[in-house]
Amino acid sequence: MSQSDILAGLAAILEEVAGVDPADATADKTFIDDLDVDSLSMVEVVVAAEEKFGVKIPDEDVKSLKTVGDAVSYIQRAGVAA
Amino acid sequence: MTETPRQVVVTGLGATTPVGGDVASTWEGLLAGRSGVRRLTEDWVEQLPVHIGAPLAVEPPLGRVEARTLDRVQQLALVAAREAWADAGTPDVDPERLAAVIGSGIGGVLTLLGQYDVLRERGPRRVSPHVVPMLMPNGPAATVGLAFTARAGVHAPVSACASGAEAISHALDMLRAGRADIAIAGGSEAAIHALPLAGFAQMQALSRRNDAPATASRPFDKGRDGFVLGEGAGVLVLETAEHARARGARVYATLAGSGISADAYHVAAPEPGGAGAARAVRAALRSAGLVPTDVVHINAHATSTPAGDVAEARALRAALGAALDTVTVTSTKSMTGHLLGAAGAVEAVFCVLALRERTVPATRNLDALDDEIDLDVVSIDNRAIPTGAVLSNSFGFGGHDVCLAFTP
Repeated sequence: MSQSDILAGLAAILEEVAGVDPADATADKTFIDDLDVDSLSMVEVVVAAEEKFGVKIPDEDVKSLKTVGDAVSYIQRAGVAA
Repeated sequence: MTETPRQVVVTGLGATTPVGGDVASTWEGLLAGRSGVRRLTEDWVEQLPVHIGAPLAVEPPLGRVEARTLDRVQQLALVAAREAWADAGTPDVDPERLAAVIGSGIGGVLTLLGQYDVLRERGPRRVSPHVVPMLMPNGPAATVGLAFTARAGVHAPVSACASGAEAISHALDMLRAGRADIAIAGGSEAAIHALPLAGFAQMQALSRRNDAPATASRPFDKGRDGFVLGEGAGVLVLETAEHARARGARVYATLAGSGISADAYHVAAPEPGGAGAARAVRAALRSAGLVPTDVVHINAHATSTPAGDVAEARALRAALGAALDTVTVTSTKSMTGHLLGAAGAVEAVFCVLALRERTVPATRNLDALDDEIDLDVVSIDNRAIPTGAVLSNSFGFGGHDVCLAFTP
């Protein structure tokens, strides 16, 4: 799956879970400070992303996903590994 | 002229009920005798012996994300609190002098039951990370405290169907004690679900007039056969008179006093003689500096159960004596159904409006007053009342008795 497909999918999840405008969900944005996704909603985002992209994102890896771009790269790598 | 220090006044009202989506439409509905009771349409209804309830007249107007992270009981509290806060003129107050006290009888039971289904059907990874803050009984208080930045204290009295009234009483104590200048106080409930309905039905507490929803809630009537489960929220903005005066706030009424007692008789049945409830009424009068002849109107707890309504009538006679003869009593539950932990709060709103407009909405469905009810219950037509003190009773499973006293 291409980075832009993953980004679009993630933006849709962020809109659904946290009400983030898809236009704001760009690779450079941090989840917490820029997009105001709190730690509880972040768990929802991760679970939805696992389901949507068919990947596993262990809890211990979630902390390293600071920006939308971090998550896109992680999902792409995890998808290839799977 | 001297004034009692820290007199507490009501400066804002908010409500969402089975009769209306806000205070104005609810009050107009009560005066028009409109029932909020209807046949429930959920697919689980048919398996239950009770097919009726009193759902909200207007769904909470919240955004999708708010709706996702707040249980319905929190959503209703937020809707009522926003209305009350705006009604109070969005007061400018130091957050450290603002309190939130919102009670609930059952808390986020819809989330608890819904998420248990998710756990069993889809596993723990699918359980919402919001589930604990959504199901905790202090959830509605926490939601309101966060929304309005209340840092003087956030409290959630839990006393079944007395919770909303107890919240208002607790807020009064805080304001009188000088622990806050303003308190957002009330109650919320959203428990229309198969499990609570089945449980109340097993207690023989619910009306089974499934074929005539609008006439099912009939407090004080000979033919009453139980209460109707409703949902909703009521919130008052309470404020020290000093603070209200300083900001030029519009004052609806004075919350003159409150009384709390406990039956310690049975977990669910009322003490037949109403001794515990009578003690709450006497305590409220004492707290307010009132005597029985000051009372002009009582919004009774009267849920339409055979035992409860009689016990309350006896309690009122014990507490007020002959002065009760000239008191206009009503039960607005004849139209709203029983909102459990929100009941005392929405009925406090109704008391404030009755006091202000000098009008008491008639109790509906009162075709024949029970011989054991020795009260002047206003029925058929709404009634004008003289100015004076107004009481609101709320009692709850667990033997909780609360009485609030309002004066002009």
